Amino acid sequence: MRLDQAARSLFLTEFLGAFALSMRYFFKPKRTLNYPHEKNPQSPRYRGEHALRRYPNGEERCIACKLCEAICPAQAITIEAGPRRNDGTRRTTRYDIDMVKCIYCGLCQEACPVDAIVEGPNAEFSVETREELLYDKQKLLDNGDRWEREIARNIAMDAPYR
Amino acid sequence: MTAADGFFYIFSAICVASAFMVIAARNPVHSVLFLILAFVNAAGLFMLLGAEFLAMILIVVYVGAVAVLFLFVVMMLDVDFAVLKQGFLQYLPVGALVGAVVLIELVLVVGGWTLAPAGSRVLGSATPAGISNTAALGRILYTQYIYFFQAAGFILLTAMIGSIVLTLRHKVGVKRQNISEQNLRDRHKAVTLRKVPSRAGL
Amino acid sequence: MTDGSVLSVILKIIESLALVVGLLIYVAYVLLADRKIWAAVQLRRGPNVVGPFGLLQSFADLLKFVFKEPIIPASANKGVFLLAPLVTGALAISAWAVIPIDQDWVISNLNVGILYIFAVSSLGVYGVIMAGWASNSKYPFLAALRSAAQMVSYEVSIGFVLVTVLLCAGSLNLTDIVNAQNTAYGVFGWYWLPLFPMFIIFFISALAETNRPPFDLVEAESELVAGFMVEYSSSAYMLFMLGEYVAIVSMCAMTAVLFLGGWLSPIPFAPFTWVPGIIWFVLKASAVFFMFAMVKAFVPRYRYDQLMRLGWKVFLPISLVCVVVVAGVLQVTGWGGLPH
Repeated sequence: MRLDQAARSLFLTEFLGAFALSMRYFFKPKRTLNYPHEKNPQSPRYRGEHALRRYPNGEERCIACKLCEAICPAQAITIEAGPRRNDGTRRTTRYDIDMVKCIYCGLCQEACPVDAIVEGPNAEFSVETREELLYDKQKLLDNGDRWEREIARNIAMDAPYR
Repeated sequence: MTAADGFFYIFSAICVASAFMVIAARNPVHSVLFLILAFVNAAGLFMLLGAEFLAMILIVVYVGAVAVLFLFVVMMLDVDFAVLKQGFLQYLPVGALVGAVVLIELVLVVGGWTLAPAGSRVLGSATPAGISNTAALGRILYTQYIYFFQAAGFILLTAMIGSIVLTLRHKVGVKRQNISEQNLRDRHKAVTLRKVPSRAGL
Repeated sequence: MTDGSVLSVILKIIESLALVVGLLIYVAYVLLADRKIWAAVQLRRGPNVVGPFGLLQSFADLLKFVFKEPIIPASANKGVFLLAPLVTGALAISAWAVIPIDQDWVISNLNVGILYIFAVSSLGVYGVIMAGWASNSKYPFLAALRSAAQMVSYEVSIGFVLVTVLLCAGSLNLTDIVNAQNTAYGVFGWYWLPLFPMFIIFFISALAETNRPPFDLVEAESELVAGFMVEYSSSAYMLFMLGEYVAIVSMCAMTAVLFLGGWLSPIPFAPFTWVPGIIWFVLKASAVFFMFAMVKAFVPRYRYDQLMRLGWKVFLPISLVCVVVVAGVLQVTGWGGLPH
C-alpha cells in the first residue's frame, strides 16, 4: 500500500487526473449569464417588489383588514383605515411599506383574503436614496398597475398548487 | 573619472552612510533595513572589483537568508532602544577605550600582514585569464583549501545539529499531524457508497 | 560588457525600456489570462466586458488603481510602508536584466546570471516583510512571518535544483545554459527530460516562491483576509500586484530557460528553426504560465505545516540526492557542459 502510494505520488497521478478533469471543464459551455442581457427563468412564486392590485373595474382590492400588517414579521407595513363607506366596505387611507425593513417572506401575500397585496416578479428596483424605499400607497398602486399582467399570470399559474 | 569610479563613490558613500544609520537609527527594524542596504552596496563594490560570484553570494546568503531571519527576530522582539540607550553617555568613556584598543590591535595586525605566496599569485588578476571568476574560486576552494572548506562546513553542521537538539522536544500528550498518514487516506477509506432503501434506513 | 561610450549607454537604456514595456504589456495579458483560465475551469466566463473578450480589462484596472485615493493608515510606519511596494516592483522587474529572450537578446549577459536571478528572487521577500511590518496591523504581520519562513524554505530547494542544471550546463551564464541544450534531439535534448524530478521540484518551488496558489498562505483570504496587502490601496496595491505577476512571469521564463531550451526550436530542422527565437521563448513561458494558472484552479490550498514539510522533508532531501547523483553521473560519463 505504501509503495503503491509512493509510486502514485512520484508519477503525480493525482495531479494529472485533476489536470485532465479541469481541462474537461475548461472546454465545457460556461454557466455564466450575461446578466442585464440574459436572465434566469423565474418561478411564478418569485417574491419581488410589492404591489397593490385593483379589480378589473379599477376599484382597489384592499379592504383595510390589516391582516398583512398583523402578520408582517418585520413590522414593515403601516395601515390606516378610512370610515366605512355606503356599500359597507372600508378602504385604506394610508398603506405604507418600509422596503428597508421588509424581508420578502411573502406572508402579507399569504394573509391577504382578496389578493390585494402581492409580491410581484420585479427584482430590479434599486434606488439611490433611502427615502425612495419607503413606499406609500400611491407607489404600491402604481406598481400594481404596471405589473398587473405578470402578477395575474403568476397567480393563475400557481393556483393549482394552492 | 570613469563610470566605474563614479559607481565606486556612489556605492561606498551609501554603504558608509547606511552603516552609520545602522547604529544611529532609533527604530531597530530601520537599523536592520539599513544593514541590508549596506550589504547590497557592499555587493555592488564586489561587483566593481570583478568578484561577481562573491557579490551574488553576499546577496543570496546574507541579504536573502540571514538578514531575513534577523529582521524576523527584531520584528518579533519589539526592542525599545530608547531604554537601552539611556546610559549611553555614562558608558561612553569605557566604550571609547575599548574601541581604541581594538583599533590599535587591528592596525598592528594589518601592519604585520604578509600575503601567502600562493595568494599573491592568485591576487595578480581578479579573474584569471580564460576561466570565469566562479570557476577560479571553485578551483582554489576545492583543491588548496578543501580541508578548511570542509571544516567550515562541519562547524556549521555542528551548530545546526546543536540548535536542533536544544530545541527539539517531544512532549507527550501533544497531538501531532502525521501528514504521510493523512496523504495515505483516499476515497475508498474515507467514504462508503451505500444504497439506502426507502423508509428503511441503514 | 561594452566599451561604455555614450552611444552604447543610450542604446542600452533604449533596449531596457523596450524590454520593460514589452514585459508590462505581456504581464497585463498574463493577468487577464490568469483570470480567464481560472474562470473557464469553474465554468465562468471571466472578465468579458472591457474591450472585445475583455482584452482591455487589465488596462481598465490600471486606470482604476491609479485614480483611487491612496490611504496610509495613521499608525503605519510611513516610509517603510511606501517603500515596500516599490521594492517589490523594482526587484521583480530587475530580474529581467539577465534573462535572455533570444540568442544575444539580453540586457546584461552576466556570467553569474543564474545567481543574479536567485539573489533577486530571494530579495523579493523583503517587499512582503516590510509591508507586513510597516502596516502595523495583525493580519499583514502574520502574513509577513509566514512569507519569510516560506520563501526562505523554498529557496533552499530552488538553489539545489539550479545547481543540478548548472552542473549539466557547466556554466552560470543563462545564454550558455540555453546553448548547452541545443542538441540534435530538439525537444528531447532539453534538460526537462534528463532532470525530470528537478523540473517538477523547480515548478512547485517556483509556485511557492512567488506565493501562487496552492502556496498562497501569505494572502489566504479565509485566514488572513488579504495578507500583507490588507492596508494597501490604489497605486501601492497595484505595484504589489504588478511585482507579483512580473515575478511569476520571470519564474515562467526561468523554467523555459533552464528546462525547456529557452529560445530554441523544439524541432531542430528547417521550417521550425526559421521561426524567430523570441516566439518560441514567449510560447514556452506562456505554456508554463498556463500550468501555473491551472494549478491555481484545481489544487486546494496547503496547510502551513504541510507546506513546511514539503519544502524541508521532501524537496530538500530529493534535490540533495539529485545533486550528488547528477554530479556523479557527469563525473563518471563525462557528459554535459560546454566544451572547455
